[in-house]
Amino acid sequence: MFKSLTSQLQTMWTILQHTFTKAETVQYPEEMPYLAPRYRGRIVLTNDPDGDERCVACNLCAVACPVDCIALQQGVRDDGRWYPQFFRINFSRCIMCGMCEEACPTNAIQLTPDFEMCEYDRQSMVYEKEHLQIKGTGKYHDYNFYRVAGLAIAGKDKGEAQNESKPIDIKDLLQ
Amino acid sequence: MPIIQIDGQEHEVDTGQNILQACLSLGLDLPYFCWHPSMGSVGACRQCAVVQYQHAEDEHGRIVMACMTPVTEGALFSLTGDKAQRFREGIVEALMLNHPHDCPVCAEGGECHLQDMTVMVGHRDRKYRGKKNTHHNQYLGPLIHHEMNRCITCYRCTRYYNDYAGGTDLAAMAAHDHIYFGRHEEGVLESEFAGNLVEVCPTGVFTDKPLVHEYTRKWDLQSAPSICTSCAVGCNTSPGERYGKLKRIHNRFNADVNGYFLCDRGRFGANFVNSVNNLNYPGSRTEDGRFNALDQQQALLKMAEACDTNNIAGIGSPRASVEANYLLRTLVGADNFAPGFSDVEQPLVELALTIQQSSSAMIADIKNIESADAILILGEDVTNTAPRIALALRQSVRNKAYELAADLGLESWQDSAIRTLAQNQRSPLFIATVGDSRLDDVAEERFNLAPDDIARLGFAVAANIAGEANLGSDDELQQKAKNIAKALKNAKRPLIISGTSCGNSALMESAAQVTQALCNADKQPLPLLSMIVAEANSLGQAMLISDNAVSLSDLTARACAGALETLVVLENDLYRRGKEKDINELLENITNVIVIDGLDNRTLSASSLALPAANFAESEGTLVSMEGRAQRHYPVYLPNAQRRASWHWLLACLKQMGRDEVTEIECFDDITQACATQNSSLSGITTAAPNHQFRNIGVKIPRQTHRYSGRTAMRADISVHEPKQPVDKETPLAFSMEGLNRSQPGSLLPFVWAPGWNSNQSLHKFQSEVGGQLKLKGGTAGTRLLQATDNSNNIALFESPAAFKALKGQWQMVPRHKIYGSDELSVHSPAIAKLVRPAFVEINASDAKKLGVNDGDGVDLNDNKGDKLTTLEVSINDSIATGCVGYSVGFIATENLLAGESLVLSKAENWSPSESQQAVSSGVSDV
Ligand code: SF4
Ligand code: SF4
Ligand code: SF4
Ligand code: SF4
Ligand code: FES
Repeated sequence: MFKSLTSQLQTMWTILQHTFTKAETVQYPEEMPYLAPRYRGRIVLTNDPDGDERCVACNLCAVACPVDCIALQQGVRDDGRWYPQFFRINFSRCIMCGMCEEACPTNAIQLTPDFEMCEYDRQSMVYEKEHLQIKGTGKYHDYNFYRVAGLAIAGKDKGEAQNESKPIDIKDLLQ
Repeated sequence: MPIIQIDGQEHEVDTGQNILQACLSLGLDLPYFCWHPSMGSVGACRQCAVVQYQHAEDEHGRIVMACMTPVTEGALFSLTGDKAQRFREGIVEALMLNHPHDCPVCAEGGECHLQDMTVMVGHRDRKYRGKKNTHHNQYLGPLIHHEMNRCITCYRCTRYYNDYAGGTDLAAMAAHDHIYFGRHEEGVLESEFAGNLVEVCPTGVFTDKPLVHEYTRKWDLQSAPSICTSCAVGCNTSPGERYGKLKRIHNRFNADVNGYFLCDRGRFGANFVNSVNNLNYPGSRTEDGRFNALDQQQALLKMAEACDTNNIAGIGSPRASVEANYLLRTLVGADNFAPGFSDVEQPLVELALTIQQSSSAMIADIKNIESADAILILGEDVTNTAPRIALALRQSVRNKAYELAADLGLESWQDSAIRTLAQNQRSPLFIATVGDSRLDDVAEERFNLAPDDIARLGFAVAANIAGEANLGSDDELQQKAKNIAKALKNAKRPLIISGTSCGNSALMESAAQVTQALCNADKQPLPLLSMIVAEANSLGQAMLISDNAVSLSDLTARACAGALETLVVLENDLYRRGKEKDINELLENITNVIVIDGLDNRTLSASSLALPAANFAESEGTLVSMEGRAQRHYPVYLPNAQRRASWHWLLACLKQMGRDEVTEIECFDDITQACATQNSSLSGITTAAPNHQFRNIGVKIPRQTHRYSGRTAMRADISVHEPKQPVDKETPLAFSMEGLNRSQPGSLLPFVWAPGWNSNQSLHKFQSEVGGQLKLKGGTAGTRLLQATDNSNNIALFESPAAFKALKGQWQMVPRHKIYGSDELSVHSPAIAKLVRPAFVEINASDAKKLGVNDGDGVDLNDNKGDKLTTLEVSINDSIATGCVGYSVGFIATENLLAGESLVLSKAENWSPSESQQAVSSGVSDV
């Protein structure tokens, strides 16, 4: 009996204290809140540290997306890189869950702290690659998938990726 | 049947199996790489390790390879035993040491057996920190992409390519961890069955090159059960579509037809459906010769109006479905319906049907062909006329090896042991063709003769088997015939193959005669007969028409007499069926030429009303294969633009005209039903597949995988408001991911997938073993319309033709078919087009000398009147009989040539090879 009374008084006291603390809510939109870099808002496609597009059109984001709002088509560039011929996100369906980012093996797709995406016309919520692609590396600065992968592309032949030895000469018996 | 114990559970298993097979058919998940159901075991990958215990008290047991261990009564095994599990995980870890970090950019990803097995054994983290071995890739041609870094040295590729398919230009090279699977130098893979490497290789080393360049993952493909339309074998396929484009063709297992393998024409040739030359809208020709686009309704009204006359005729097509042909025949009347064969081919296809209907032999499917132990081929260059059969024949000649193995008590899956035992001993295969063939390397003897002489050989063999004297044949022929007859008589299951491709009826008749002689010798099991026809529904077309159906020349005569006002042509480029001047004559003398077809061609261009027909991947239809198997194909996706299935156009037209015959017909199944009722030979087509009301445990069968992605974004560029999934009223399949893709009838299997098994290896979850043979649990797709009959007294007795004599100054035209080039549609697939060599004629060196030409020169072909028909590049081929000229069939440049006709040849002056190059490329304008 006494125990629960104390508990209740304690609670009331704690809450009363809040009357004098600074409000967490802000007068949005006049005042902008601070959002951490890992906040899950508008999605972008990023470039690798060498300035080329990161996305290899592997489709993992699309298959991870619980609302199926990502559609893309792979293509192969002349330099041997896989890339998305188109890449579309229907933001009117997106629930900003971040599964796509988690699934992405190249760090290409990233969620950003920008959440201001309201539109009067739902059709304007459909973003194509040109709306999604940014010039920078986003949150992950160093990773370049092609430096790790075995696929040869212009400027990085077989055996030139990280942790690879020179291609084997199969006609050489003495190796 | 032996009972074995696996992890304490008793299981009854089939005798003669190995433990791996037994586990898989029991539904247990046991990882493996190198074993393949049709190639047996070699124990190369060490992945299928299990623990075997000596007796119940044995606590340690020892590790054995499941694929190399036969089942024995009372044997004790453990799959889950710690030792076995650690071993299997260790193997994957070792395989992964050098494996590249490629999955996101690998065309195997998502349907990769290596991915599946890695997950299954529980290997996750790479502990190895050393450098990875790397390899250069090779260019292997336009069909197969090579990425050697991904290899796990399971040897499946060379075992398939060399041992199974008889290829010689792919091998394992170098040693230890340098091993390399490729060609001795870069170049196009020679085998016509190389495409199967895509499915055989458990990793992404060999992938589908056209697919790699516009790739879609398996989980994103929409698929439906389909049939290959590139030849008459009727292989079952599973085409995959995304964004309205056909992405790839995968094999669809059918135990009696294609089994696990397709040919490259079938796998890569279907890409014609994406051609830029597709007809997408109806059009009517205006005064100035141009076409005006119409909408469907306008087109229909125009068609119905033009068809409202008694002076009407229709030309069907051996590449269109039974249903579409049936409706056209209904529209124009049986007396006005030509089946759409050339004048030469029509009686031959009818003959092929009559022979098979009246023969007391068993009409062979591929499974039967693989069981034959002595084979005689009369006239057919099988690799080029019915490719998949050639792959089967390479298995039949191994029956000798299996026989030897059985004597020693070896199980049939002990692949390497059996090959070592048999070395080069083979069951006898005799090939009598007009020239060399790709099966010559496994033939006991080959005879390259003029078609009439092949027939004479056949008749001599028949007489020899029957023990009759064969008058009129020379000693040499008799001796050859005697050898063949002896081999056929001694065989348990002889097989005779012939067909229409030589354009010669006598050799088909001789095949019938040989088979009959064998049947009369009371052979059990029944001797086998196989008659090869040209197109996917050639035989169905012969079944549809009555004996004296009108031919193209009959129609031309009618047209010239002014008795035809309207002609409806169904999916048929007539210029491939007759000489240009004859076809022009036919079409120019008719006011309304209505052509229903999908891909632009000259007949379409000559029409007054063109209707866009959906192709095989956009429509449903029944096709009757060369063995008389009725099989159904289903739309993989909805027809693009204003295209409609041909049956749809014809039914709508008949309805528009208010014709009585179709008042009862409401859907596709009703057409099949009506056709079956009215035509007794086709009565079985209704059972080829379940009708549209079929539900799989109450639900439809999904065309899309359960992880089909992008549904709310695919069409969002057009409108953000997603349309309802299209409803499929005609079939038991759904254009969605909802439904059940499990335990349905075999004819309704759109794709294979099972939990934990994303690759095509998941097929085993859909199979069960019946009498030592793996079959689909839902039953084998298709219905056989031809049964062996016992009416030997109906058999006509045929006469042997006179010996072929070369006429002075004249040459007989003998057809040379090409897997890449002779077929109408597959050459419109860009990858196949790259493999088509220019049109040619072939003569032997002595004839070349007479003509004064060398390899690569041009030759003018003139008819008896001296009119020049065409000029072609000559290539010297000593296998062609003297007095004969082989010519490439089905090429634009050779369309005015007829099989069997005699022509005058002369060296072409001022000829350059580019002339014939152009002749090809005009046929394949979307290369
Ligand atoms: S954030 Fe979630 S819902 Fe949005 S695109 Fe990514 S996976 Fe799909
Ligand atoms: S997961 Fe990443 S690399 Fe793959 S398609 Fe999506 S954005 Fe591109
Ligand atoms: S290339 Fe493929 S099939 Fe051949 S050994 Fe390597 S992994 Fe096996
Ligand atoms: S053999 Fe004939 S039916 Fe089979 S895949 Fe090849 S072309 Fe198609
Ligand atoms: S599957 Fe048994 S060792 Fe490869």
